[in-house]
Amino acid sequence: MNMLTDAAVEEALDASQKPRPLKMRGENVRVFYGEKQALFDVNLDVLENQVTALIGPSGCGKSTFLRCLNRMNDTIDICRIEGRITLDEQDIYDPRIDVVELRARVGMVFQKPNPFPKSIYENIAYGPRIHGLASKKAEFDEIVESSLQKAGLFNEVKDRLHEPGTGLSGGQQQRLCIARAIAVSPEVILMDEPCSALDPIATAKVEELIDELRENYTIVIVTHSMQQAARVSQRTAMFHLGNLVEEGPTDKMFTNPDDKRTQDYITGRFG
Amino acid sequence: MTDAVYKGGDAPRAAARRDIGIKKRYAAEQRFRMYGIIAIAIGIFFLAALLWSVVSNGYTAFWQSSINLDVTFAENVIDPDNERATDPNALLTANYPKLATDALVAKLGVDPENRKLVREVGGLISNGVRTQLRDMVVADPSIIGTTRNVWVLASGDVDSAVKGQVNLEVDESRRKVSDQQLEWMRTMEADGVLEQRFNSGLFTRGASSRPETAGMGVAIVGSIYMMLIVLVLALPIGVAASIYLEEFAPQNKLTDLIEVNINNLAAVPSIVFGLLGLAVFINFMHLPRSASLVGGLVLTLMTLPTIIIATRAALRAVPPSIRSAALGLGASRTQTVFHHVLPLAAPGILTGTIIGLAQALGETAPLLLIGMVAFVADYPTTPLDPATALPVQIYMWANEAERAFVERTSGAIIVLLLFLAVMNITAIILRRRVERRW
Repeated sequence: MNMLTDAAVEEALDASQKPRPLKMRGENVRVFYGEKQALFDVNLDVLENQVTALIGPSGCGKSTFLRCLNRMNDTIDICRIEGRITLDEQDIYDPRIDVVELRARVGMVFQKPNPFPKSIYENIAYGPRIHGLASKKAEFDEIVESSLQKAGLFNEVKDRLHEPGTGLSGGQQQRLCIARAIAVSPEVILMDEPCSALDPIATAKVEELIDELRENYTIVIVTHSMQQAARVSQRTAMFHLGNLVEEGPTDKMFTNPDDKRTQDYITGRFG
Repeated sequence: MTDAVYKGGDAPRAAARRDIGIKKRYAAEQRFRMYGIIAIAIGIFFLAALLWSVVSNGYTAFWQSSINLDVTFAENVIDPDNERATDPNALLTANYPKLATDALVAKLGVDPENRKLVREVGGLISNGVRTQLRDMVVADPSIIGTTRNVWVLASGDVDSAVKGQVNLEVDESRRKVSDQQLEWMRTMEADGVLEQRFNSGLFTRGASSRPETAGMGVAIVGSIYMMLIVLVLALPIGVAASIYLEEFAPQNKLTDLIEVNINNLAAVPSIVFGLLGLAVFINFMHLPRSASLVGGLVLTLMTLPTIIIATRAALRAVPPSIRSAALGLGASRTQTVFHHVLPLAAPGILTGTIIGLAQALGETAPLLLIGMVAFVADYPTTPLDPATALPVQIYMWANEAERAFVERTSGAIIVLLLFLAVMNITAIILRRRVERRW
């Protein structure tokens, strides 16, 4: 720090406080599973190149909201969504929007590592192949290598790219899934409790990775771990019983929340 | 004071524990294991009994007594009036059995003028010799006038006698083989003229009323035709229906109804499918009777529910996380199914299909109704020609009276069981291979 001039420090402060452009926005999002309403009028902004953490007790609707952002809820027959969700000012539930293209722009990493039972190489090459991002083998090779590099996995697996992805350890599998999501060059990456099945060391690696990925991607992460939310996110949103209780900069949420429920949840009084 | 009783250590506390019947629990476990072992032993016993009875009755069917003869293709017997250049039927209608009888009469040193003895000598030889020698002459007329060494089939009764299946204590007049014939039989066996040779005719010949020339060639071809038809129709229809129901169809009353009906169809007695085939394919669509095409269609209807149920179970066994992963990457539903779900379900689908096929291969009742219980001597060239099937052939032979058909019935059962075994082994090998690909 001593080496930085005052001007540089000011500049850095400016950058962190400067409002970032809006990437995704939910307006009055209501979700119903059959007769049961799972989300009540959620308004939430996701800012570009930031990590937004969604926290709250089980069944509070945070995963439901996350899955609305790339329309994964479409696969559930009885699920009905009202309100408006935008990506770059464009309604993603607009009939003119192609859901396949949307999911290429908004990638997803799941709770349990779920690599395809194919080789590591094939796991990563699959997305680019179905989206036509590459045609020659050299192009695929490059995408595979760079995706694995970005996910910090390349050095661990470079000698066994053609061995099954399911043979990796849990943490490696989850980073493989992140590499797989990165391979289609998404703008937003959704992560649904990505570390809940991992041990602390693997968790630390994935968190480190999330922090690095923030530079190029917008990340929304659902987590049950308060510490994780505090460590990796810049903004935090607290859900409870299908309502968005409160959202704001992570620092403020964890030190001086406005809502009593947030305070209670963060300090471990319920949830 | 309880303290006064307490002597220290944990033993008194353990003794104070409520008796929850640990000994009983272990006894129950032991007992249950015993039940299991007994159940398996009973199963193995019956399987062994079945195999033993079939094999001990049937292995002799694969061997057939044949007589080695030096047959002189005498022109004065085949074509006494020298008509063969002008009349194409002359060679077909000639008295070929006489050639074989003459040869055997010469070999046994019997007086050719003694009509009764000559007739008995003729009785040693199968009537199938007529077609055998005729085919030789028609194929190559130049052999007329020469002498050839030929193996001809012994008659069915002699064959049974050679195999020791004829009760020799019965009085000669009530026996199909005379004492004289038995004596010749033993001489020929001693001289190496009469031999047990591998019965290739069992696999190549068609239906015949004479056991020694009866084979299941037509039945095998008919069964193969039907299996191919079932495979070509039932597999794609069944897999497509399952994929739609499992991956695309909405969950509502209609799909529930379809599901219940599919499960019901799997339990419908097969003879009902036969009646359906008779009504729809033969009476309404006027497809030919006894044709393996109709048999194949009926068996397809019967196999479909089995394949659909197995395929749906296999699709359901693919973890949902794989679907989420593909959908999350932006794959369409169809891409998800065909790139990821179906390959993972393939081993299960394969097993289900082969089980369905094996079931269809052994099915008899519906085939009886569509006229596949037929006396078919000629090979079917297309699936539209009359044919029989392996299990139907077994059923027909089981109804025959001759002793030699008893062993053929068991022989055919052995062949059917071998086919089933081969199919199941193929299923296991294919499944291993598909699974190893990952």
